[in-house]
Amino acid sequence: MLLCQQNLAKKLLMVFKMKLTAKLEERLGISLMYIVVLSIIILIFVMFILLFKMSWPAITKFGFHFITSKEWNPVKEQFGAWPFLYGTIITSILSLMIALPFGVSSAIFITEIGPKKLRIFLGTSIDLIASIPSIIFGMWGLFYLVPFIRETLTPLLKNSIGFLPFFQGPSFGISLLAASLILSIMIIPIISSLCRELFLSVPVTYKEAALALGATPFEKIKLAVLAPSITGIVGAAGLALARALGETMAVVMVIGNSPHVSLSLLSPGATMASILANEYAEAGADLHLASLCYMATLLFIVTMLVNSISRFIIKYFKPKAFRGL
Amino acid sequence: MKITKSVLESLLKLLLLPYLSAYFSFSSDSLCLTNLYAETVTINGAGASFPYPVYTKWFSEYQKEALNVKFNYQPIGSSGGVRQLFSQTVDFAASDVLVSDKEIASKNLGWNILQIPTVLGSVVVVYNLSGFNLKIDGNVLAQIFKGKISKWNDPQIASLNHELKLPNKEILVIHRSDGSGTTEIFTSYLSIVNQEWKRAPGSGKALSWPTGIGAKGNDGISTMIKQTPGSIGYVEYAFAINNNLPMVAIKNVSGKFIIPSINSMIKAASALKNISEINIQKMNADKMNLLNASGDETYPITSFTYLIIPIKKQDEKENQIKKFVKWALSIKGQNMTSSLNYAPLPAELSKKIIDGI
Repeated sequence: MLLCQQNLAKKLLMVFKMKLTAKLEERLGISLMYIVVLSIIILIFVMFILLFKMSWPAITKFGFHFITSKEWNPVKEQFGAWPFLYGTIITSILSLMIALPFGVSSAIFITEIGPKKLRIFLGTSIDLIASIPSIIFGMWGLFYLVPFIRETLTPLLKNSIGFLPFFQGPSFGISLLAASLILSIMIIPIISSLCRELFLSVPVTYKEAALALGATPFEKIKLAVLAPSITGIVGAAGLALARALGETMAVVMVIGNSPHVSLSLLSPGATMASILANEYAEAGADLHLASLCYMATLLFIVTMLVNSISRFIIKYFKPKAFRGL
Repeated sequence: MKITKSVLESLLKLLLLPYLSAYFSFSSDSLCLTNLYAETVTINGAGASFPYPVYTKWFSEYQKEALNVKFNYQPIGSSGGVRQLFSQTVDFAASDVLVSDKEIASKNLGWNILQIPTVLGSVVVVYNLSGFNLKIDGNVLAQIFKGKISKWNDPQIASLNHELKLPNKEILVIHRSDGSGTTEIFTSYLSIVNQEWKRAPGSGKALSWPTGIGAKGNDGISTMIKQTPGSIGYVEYAFAINNNLPMVAIKNVSGKFIIPSINSMIKAASALKNISEINIQKMNADKMNLLNASGDETYPITSFTYLIIPIKKQDEKENQIKKFVKWALSIKGQNMTSSLNYAPLPAELSKKIIDGI
């Protein structure tokens, strides 16, 4: 009985398959692709709308004051995003400042200076850093970088430039500095690989022209590689910044999760992404949850903006720079 | 539009086909495998991470006896579990603190819940200061976590530890960065012993800490304490034991300094008065409170952890959960607790609950 019905089902399937002519199959395939692509875009919109809806109680209660308010107190239900915004900005900017020289010079080395045989190997190795899960960076940071900052880097900094306001107070290693260092390692591959693409896209004639005019190899890089790509580098930095803004797990593990605004880089801090990861699961009160969603909405908007602006720069400003040369 | 319509139609048919064929092949056959599978009840739960090890042990042992029940438990945290229970995405929740009547009323559920204590646990204060056996009372503890005492050789700590020569070193307070029932138990204790703490920062799962750094989870705190000399923090008893962290002896109501142990938890529960008056249908946080309990050998930061089960429609799932709870609170279930560093309930209480549900 069972077997007979299965056979029947198979026959039915065959009939259907035959009816689907090649033309229909093609239409089916293309419309399926449309549906899939559209659904991705719709998904992002739906996500944003949902976030906005969930944060509505907090938006009506705190308004824009939320962004500037310093207090984050779940017990008293007072919520303000400033300490987190501050931590996010400081760690991302600092990490960008550290990562940019490394990223750009590695790209120059790989495309212009290093032996050709090494290029692919070096390029892939740097790209591979991007594929390391962030939790591994976090663990490495916690077990190696944090003690290193506490025992080696802090005395060094305090003895040399310790008078600066950025290096005051006791240091336990867990700090804004640790988070920035981890972040900088995580964004180097983005900068490096984008810059490599940029430098390779510079027409060879530019370089030849520079050399023909008697430029040294260093001058060639300066004039014919860096100068025309400068807007592209800014765009790459922007994309790296967007990644740093949203990075969560590694930061949670080394930043200290303490929402206090302090100029000292040796003091603990918190970022918008880290507070979301920390408090979302156990947010009991509705307003607490709504405030976290408000924070998520802010983060969403900020990363989207940074991302779009940098993409815009990369796409539309490059030709101008070439003309300027 | 004609094209899209025909495409959608054929797509729909393609999608439905396997279901249709499956329907035809099974409908006439009463002896098929689906019936066997249908009898297995899968029960989903979520909540506190603190009792996760003991619940896992219970589930796996219970499944050896009751073959047709399967438990899934996600340790996502107390409030997360309760929220999921209220939105009816899980069949039961677990929480380190009781859900208040007010909270239940505000949700307009239309059904009731039962909150059942399952095991006892302690929150212990751990530190990294090698070679010391610290003794601290509740008041000094609150001041350390408030940042008012910031050095290890502070006279207030020294006066409780005459025999020790404490170092002139900064204290680093490490607290939970994620919201947690452990934090609520710990800060509730600090609010009981120190009025100033009660006013600010108060007690809760997440709060505005005046000092220190936050680490994620019990394991995060354990790691941080282990590698940071001069640090102090709080974790569940089991984590301190598993990580070999030194525990602070805390002064109890009788004025004795008690190092936490299974015995000191049992002693705290035995301070529970009038067990016969406890209403199982309506657990009252004041009656179940073990913080700062009386008794010579009592460790003052001890608490129950609860399973929260819905009373909705008296269906198979609910009965299975109740059956499991009865098994877990029986002598057999309770005996498994101490090997995992939790303490069993007082026998009188577990008997009352088994009879009551």
